[in-house]
Amino acid sequence: MKELSLNILDIAQNSIAANATCVTIQVCKDTAQNRLTLCIEDDGKGMTEAFVKKVCDPFVTTRTTRKVGMGIPLLKLAAEQAEGTFSIQSEVGKGTKVTATFTLNHIDRLPLGDIGQTMSVLVSCNQTVDFVYIHKADDKTFVFDTKQMRAALGDVPLNDPEVVLWMQEYIKEGILSINGGV
Amino acid sequence: MKSLADLEAIRNRTINKVGLRKEGTEETRIVVGMATCGIAAGARPVMQAFVEELQKRNITNAFVTQTGCIGVCRLEPIVEVYVPGQEKVTYVKMTAEKAAKVVVDHIVNGKVVEEYTIGNAE
Ligand SMILES: Nc1ncnc2c1ncn2[C@@H]1O[C@H](COP(=O)(O)OP(=O)(O)O)[C@@H](O)[C@H]1O
Ligand SMILES: [Mg+2]
Repeated sequence: MKELSLNILDIAQNSIAANATCVTIQVCKDTAQNRLTLCIEDDGKGMTEAFVKKVCDPFVTTRTTRKVGMGIPLLKLAAEQAEGTFSIQSEVGKGTKVTATFTLNHIDRLPLGDIGQTMSVLVSCNQTVDFVYIHKADDKTFVFDTKQMRAALGDVPLNDPEVVLWMQEYIKEGILSINGGV
Repeated sequence: MKSLADLEAIRNRTINKVGLRKEGTEETRIVVGMATCGIAAGARPVMQAFVEELQKRNITNAFVTQTGCIGVCRLEPIVEVYVPGQEKVTYVKMTAEKAAKVVVDHIVNGKVVEEYTIGNAE
């Protein structure tokens, strides 16, 4: 992946596949600590502890076991390349929280990229799921919540092209307004 | 600056469009593969191009959505177009430019862009 927002899009697809009704995505830029933190949390079906261990390292599984994907290992690799950390907390029946941290100014830290596009794909293609996007930049916070959108839109679907393009601009401006560019 | 108030304006403007949509029973579905391999190959900008073209041409009888892995990673980004009453058309190795052509030729003018289809790739 070329941007972290693409990893976020991919990781959030796992939440949707796990039948989440609400997905919260958080990006946190902490200049003083030189840290960037990504967090994708859902209320989907969750995983057992043993399964979490397996999905973090596809090379551990043998060919006879269940085929495991590449999405989680790719984000883990991106974090490790930037001297960061990666963790998954999950509970069956409760949900999952994926956290990746990065050294903010590390030369191999990928740019965040276009979060507006990532969120608009998720929201417009999964209209029954609620999404919350929280972007923190030091002491400032920008929040985007599909519940507010639904209230304002009434019957207009979230995949209306005009709505999709509005969402992208709204998020882009929101991030810029708190100086949250990463 | 964009604000939530813009959505009320869109809502007022779209009321008629939405009405039309519900009456005209069937819409064309444009389905973009959004699994890991699709995303890595560029599915997101392809979906973006479809959305922008639909908006630009004011097309209200088609919508864009996603699906998981379509199963042929080396041909991603893959897009399936479902025109009501017609067979599904699968486009492979899509780009933003190709998406624009598919909207004009296929969605608007009803002519499949054969050179981008999976049948042409294999
Ligand atoms: N948020 C989640 N909730 C429940 N299960 C998950 C979640 N994220 C990942 N998984 C499980 O881990 C597996 C591996 O995920 P991933 O590495 O993204 O590959 P893929 O999605 O292609 O299978 C998924 O197939 C799924 O079974
Ligand atoms: Mg996945």
